[in-house]
Formats: sequence, C-alpha cells, structure tokens
Amino acid sequence: MATATITAEREHYLNTDYGIRSWLLTTDHKRIALLYLALITLYFFVGGFFALLIRLELLTPAGDLVQADTYNKLFSMHGQVMIFFFLIPSIPAVLGNFLVPMMVGAKDLAFPRINLLSWYLLVIAAVIMSYCIITGGVDTGWTFYTPFSTAFSNTHVIEAGLAIFIAGFSSILTGLNFVVTIHRMRAPGLTWSRLPLFIWSMYATSIIQLLGTPVLAITLLLVVFERAFGLGIFDPNRGGDPLLFQHLFWFYSHPAVYIMILPSMGVVSEIIPCFSRKRVFGYGAVALSSIAIAVFGFLVWAHHMFVAGISLYSAMIFSMLSYSVAVPSAIKVFNWTATMYKGSIRFHTPMLYAMGFIGLFTIGGLTGLFLAALGIDVHVTDTYFVVAHFHYIMVGGAVMGYLGGLHFWWPKISGRLYPEWLGKFAALTVFLGFNLTFFPQFVLGYLGMPRRYWQYPPEFQVLNVLSTAGSTILAVGYVLPMIYFLWSMRYGKVAEANPWGAAGLEWKTASPPPTTNFDEVPEVTWEAYNYDEIAEPEEVPVG
Amino acid sequence: MADTPLTIEHEEGLQHQFVDMQQQRDATTLGMWLFLATEIMFFGGMFLAYLVYRNWYYPEFAAGSRSIDIYLGTINTAVLICSSLTVAMAVRAAALGKRQLCVAFLLATLVFGLAFLGIKGKEWYDKFEEHHIPGRSFNAEDIIRDYPQLHIEPAPTQIFFSLYFAMTGLHALHMIIGVGLFLYLTYHAWKGRYTPEYHNPLEIGGLYWHFVDIVWIYLFPLLYLIDRKPLR
Amino acid sequence: MASEHIVSSKIYFAIWATLMCLTVITASVAFIDLGPFNTVVCLVIATVKALLVVLFFMHVKYTSEKLTKTVIIAAVFWLGILLVLSLADYSTRPLGHV
Repeated sequence: MATATITAEREHYLNTDYGIRSWLLTTDHKRIALLYLALITLYFFVGGFFALLIRLELLTPAGDLVQADTYNKLFSMHGQVMIFFFLIPSIPAVLGNFLVPMMVGAKDLAFPRINLLSWYLLVIAAVIMSYCIITGGVDTGWTFYTPFSTAFSNTHVIEAGLAIFIAGFSSILTGLNFVVTIHRMRAPGLTWSRLPLFIWSMYATSIIQLLGTPVLAITLLLVVFERAFGLGIFDPNRGGDPLLFQHLFWFYSHPAVYIMILPSMGVVSEIIPCFSRKRVFGYGAVALSSIAIAVFGFLVWAHHMFVAGISLYSAMIFSMLSYSVAVPSAIKVFNWTATMYKGSIRFHTPMLYAMGFIGLFTIGGLTGLFLAALGIDVHVTDTYFVVAHFHYIMVGGAVMGYLGGLHFWWPKISGRLYPEWLGKFAALTVFLGFNLTFFPQFVLGYLGMPRRYWQYPPEFQVLNVLSTAGSTILAVGYVLPMIYFLWSMRYGKVAEANPWGAAGLEWKTASPPPTTNFDEVPEVTWEAYNYDEIAEPEEVPVG
Repeated sequence: MADTPLTIEHEEGLQHQFVDMQQQRDATTLGMWLFLATEIMFFGGMFLAYLVYRNWYYPEFAAGSRSIDIYLGTINTAVLICSSLTVAMAVRAAALGKRQLCVAFLLATLVFGLAFLGIKGKEWYDKFEEHHIPGRSFNAEDIIRDYPQLHIEPAPTQIFFSLYFAMTGLHALHMIIGVGLFLYLTYHAWKGRYTPEYHNPLEIGGLYWHFVDIVWIYLFPLLYLIDRKPLR
Repeated sequence: MASEHIVSSKIYFAIWATLMCLTVITASVAFIDLGPFNTVVCLVIATVKALLVVLFFMHVKYTSEKLTKTVIIAAVFWLGILLVLSLADYSTRPLGHV
C-alpha cells in the first residue's frame, strides 16, 4: 500500500482546525457526522458484547453461564442499546448528516447548532444509559411491558426510560433538520424529481422520526411517572390497561423499524446504479415507495399485539394492513433488480453489501408476511422465528446497508481509500457469519423454542451451537472494517474527488470536502443517475 | 447563480448556511411548524389514554371533573386567550417598527402567562389539600361521598387524577418554557433587535405560544366540563 | 411568502372577543343537560376556537405557504391514526374494570 503523507495541502473540513474544542463545539455537519460515528460505534460494541454473552449462554441447554435474572438483563440491554444507541441514529446521524447538505447542494443543514445539540442529547442519553448498565441494567425486555416495568421490576427502569426519552429528542431534532433542509435549501435546478433516492429515503425517515418518536416520549414519561408516583394507569389491579401501554409503545416502535431500514434502502439505491453503471429503473416508483413505507408503517403497529388481548376484529384489520406495507418494499427490490439487469456490474465492496442487503432483506421481509398471518403468528410469536425475522431485517438489512454506505462514501469522508481486498473479505465474512447465526433461529422458532429464555430443551442444542458459531464469525466481520478504516486514515491511498465515477453532487467536490462543501453554489441541470453521461473510471480504485 | 461566490456580504442576522434572509425565514418558520407537529403527537398520546379511560370509567371521570374548580379553569382559559392576543399584537407592532408598543405587549404576555401559572398552582394546591394527588396519600372518599348517585370506585378516580396531573403538568411545563422563551424575546425586543425587516424570532415564538394556548383550549372542556349537569 | 401581510388590530380584537364569548358559552352550556350532546358541543366549540387561533393569530389564513397547511393537516391526521386505530381495538372488546 502506498503511504501518503499529505503535504502542503488544500484546506478541507478535517484539517481546517485542530484541537478538541474545534470538534466538540463544531457546527459543521461533516464533523458532527464523525462525532456520531464515534459514539454509535462504541455503543455498537457494547450492544454486541451483550449479544456475545447471550450466545455463549445459549451454547448449552442448561442455564449455566449467568443467572436467569442476569440473562433477562442481557437481552433487554442488548435490545435497548442496539436500537436506540446504534440503529436509530446510525445512517441518519452519520451518513445523513454528512451527505444530506452536500446532496442538495447546501453549505450545511438548516440548523447547524441544533444538529450539535442533537449529538449532545445522544451523549447525555448514553451517559444515563451507561449508568443504568453499570448499576445492573433493566430486565423488562427492550419493550418495557407494563405492569412488570411499572410495578414489579426491581431494576433501573426510570433511568433507562429517561435515557431513551432524551435519545428520542435527539432523533426528533435530526429529522426536523433534514426535512427543513430538503424543503428549503436545495440548489437551483434541483427539483424533487432530480433528487438522489438517498434523499427521498432520508426525507421519509425524518417524517417517521418527527411524527412517531413523540409518542414514545410520552409513553416512557408515563411509565416513569407511574413507577415514581405509583399511579396505576397501566396496572390492571388498579383499573389500568396494560394494552394501552402496548398500543402507545408500538405506535412508535413499529415505525421505528422503518427508521432503521429506510436509510439503508436509500444507500442501496445509490450503490446499485453506480456499480451497474445504469440509471435506477423506475425512479419515481422507488422515490414514492419510500414515502409509502413511511405512511403505511404507521398503520400496522398492533401486529405486535396479536396474542396480547386485542380484539379479533382489530387483529384482522391490522393483519390486512400489515400485508399492504410489504408492497412498497417489494417495489424497491424489483426495481433494484431491474436496475442491475443488463447493467455493467462491478463487485466492489459496497456492491457486495448492497447485493447482500437485497437477498437478506427479502428473506426478512417475507418472513414478516408469515408473521402477519394471524394463524401462523399464534404459533411462532415470541419464538426464535421472530428473533430471526427482525435480525434479518435489522442486521442483514440495515447494518449491511450501513456498512455498504460507509465503504461507498469513505473516500469522500476521509479522502482515503480503504483496502479493497480486505473490504471484500470482511463483507463475505459478515454475510456468512450472519446467515450461520440467524438462519438456524428460523428453524428453532418454528420448532417451538421461545425467545428470551435462558435455558432450553436439549433437542435444540445443535441449532443453538451453529448460531453461536456464526456469531463469532460475524463479530470478526464487524471488527475488521473498524481496524482497516482507522488504518486507512493514515496509510490508505489518497482518493480523488470521484473514485467510483458516481453520480450525485457530493462527488463533484473534493475528497475530503471543504468546510463549506462547494467552492461555488452548484446549479443542477441534469437528471439523477445520469450514468450514461458519466465516464466510468478507468482505474479500479483499490486502497 | 452558478458563479455566485460563497462570500456574500452578510445581512444583519443572516446565518452562514442560508443564501438570503428569505430562505432563513422560510426555513425557521417551517422548523417551528414541524416542531409543533411533534408536540401534537406528544400530547396526543395522553389524549388517547384519556379517551380510553373516560370511556371505561365515565362515572369516576365525571365525579373527578366536578371536583376541580370550573371558575378557575374558565378564568385561566380567558387568561390564555388574552395572552394570545397580546402575542399577536406584539408581533404586529414589531412588523410596524413600533419598538415600545412591541415591548409593552410582550410584557403583557408575560404577565398573563405568569397569571396562568399562578392560578394553576393554586388549583394544584387545592388538590393537594384535598388528597387528590395520585400516589400514597391519594384519598377519594370525599368525592365518593359527594356523589352517591354516580357509584364510583377509588381506583379509577385515581386514574382520572393521574391523567389530570399528567396533562395539566406537561402543559404547565410548556408554559414555563414559553415564559422563558418570551423573557428572552422581550429582552431583545427592548434592545431594539427586531425591525420590520427582521422579527422572525418573534413570529416563531408566537407560534409556540399559540400552540400551548390551543392545547389548553382542548384540555379545558376535556377535564373541567365532562359532566356539570344538575344531579338528580 | 414575499411581502408580509399585516393584520389589522381590529381583526385581532374581534377574534379575541369571539374566543372569550365562546369560552363563556362552552362553560355555561356544560350546566345544561343535553345528554350525549354536551360532549359534542364542547368539542365543536373547542375546535372552532382552535381554528380561529390557527387561522388568525398564527396567520395561516394569510400565508401562501401550502407546506404550512400540509404540516398542520398531516399532524392532525396522524393523531387521528393513533386515536382511530387504537379505538378500533377498544371499541370491539369489553370495557375494563378494577
């Protein structure tokens, strides 16, 4: 690898100012993106550590590694940390923050100081959550079901609730910033139908963040009040309805999964045309499908409550609505496939992640349809089938999209190329490790192994061992990029402005970009994904 | 526009990420409306809880509603309406360049806001005295005694008061934030910062204040006017 | 939203007076037995008051910004989703009790 010591260089956002104050008090959206990257990577490993302990315990049928109560805390904290401190912020706060202003041709987001406040809110939330973890965590499941969480659990529910409340505020402010930026700060000539699909999906994601998160906020606040003051709103012994909590909780938490997947879909929509050298098939359909997912995603929440005690009539309504939400997702998969058809395919690392996404998301999504069918759901709900389903979407889908995006835009963010062969190796490791971890769980669930159980009948051991083996391989696949990305910042090959020959305004400026993003205000006169006009780079970039 | 250099002479108050004041105004106004949309969903969760339990426990809700002071509630509603008027007049004064009038109306708004909080404090104090605050010391015996014809139970009555305090409490918190916001705006208005060309902060502060007023406009009938019919 | 429309103070005071009257009406009507219509009446009056505040005090009547109106309608609609679909469950199962 050629070492590049950068000499006498051009000023850009990374070298424009040094020192901790210039980072902690920055309002530059690109620096804030990196601040988020550091924070969520840390919590990814915290959540991953809990997962490793879970998988270790499940190597044997007996509960022999940890006590039952501890196991409850492990899966609860794994869920809460991964969802609120990794997945929800991940693409929006890292890639979104970095790219949204650049993709619309603006100097920064609409409200840069609120952007920094968003980060600090997540930091404060993370500190409170860390305190909660250190003092024993919660054992309620990430779902906080009442009345256990409000009346019976002996753990730090209030702290966890407050931490997530504050994290939610961070999420709302990010969404607000994006919507205003996309509406009001597009460059001249950049009409809605010329926007990159990543922007469409960030816009849809932001709508969900804005309209859904406040309901989670009030729900957690009510739980905190109930626990602190002994209210009884959710306690059946005192006339309360536990299902009211679940309705309010899932009203946010179902759309939340679309917060986690839509940005990944946006990333895939950027990667596929670039590495197929073709326009996106059916741009309009893909763009509108993001909006459709955001809207329909709000209509299906009680499919998490089919066996909780809702009425049969409402269960049927929610089941039917849940089928409808699959349609826009399917449209995307069809259109990505059609984009690749007769394209000039290049198998660089981002493309490997994107293709992995399409396959794994399809499996995860289809299994969601199984769960939407009432009869099947009665059999597999609260089993490992559900666990496998959502990990296929959130890990096979969202995390692969996130990694693919990190690789795709890494040259832009850092000005360096990552080592391509290592990137490919890590991508394949992740793909193999992931499938080995989670495919056995579909079988386990169908055979009847319940989730959140710390011990299980011996006949399930073989599949559990396979799953744990897969998780260790997956862990290797995750650690590798961390190492080589860091390595590349010092020793990686210097990247030019557009190493992939990709379309989009962000590629028209230097790598790394100057603090104000563009030297001149761009004026857009071309359609999106004009790959027929962009020359493919002769030299394949290898770091 | 393609050759517009990035260093434009900046108008007073123009933030660097915006191209011109119009864009800044449009962006900040949209930002405030979106924030208010999130607040509708925030309060909305409590409205759902209220709806469900009012339906389940109507007698207890009716009795609880009767036990809170309709006169103080009505006066508070009027106070907030007056404050919305003074906010609108303050923004109007700024748009007309009348600094002292603007400050006067802002100060009036603050007075009304504090009056609201004071009256609310008194109402809560009364509830405290009557042991109607949910929790360990909650006691609804007096309500049960006062309304034998309604056949109410203590537990659902506590649910009514839980929602009463949650809803009016969060509303009051928003009022307090509003008062803080308007202290800031009044100070800057007095310093002469707002002109007919630049008074967007007042406009968006006003939007927030009006929204808090609208929440109360709904809270008042839902909490105070559930059932005031003469009892047979 | 180029030039600002400045609303006359007469209109503001008229709206204020209307809101005050509606407040008195809604409080007074509560004492009259209209059966189930008591709730309907007080919610209708509350909505009229809210609309007056939104349209006049918050200037929505005078703005040419369609996006503002879209945001308001969307928020109310979303609240509607929460309430209506939840009530679809509550209205089809028995009432709770202690």
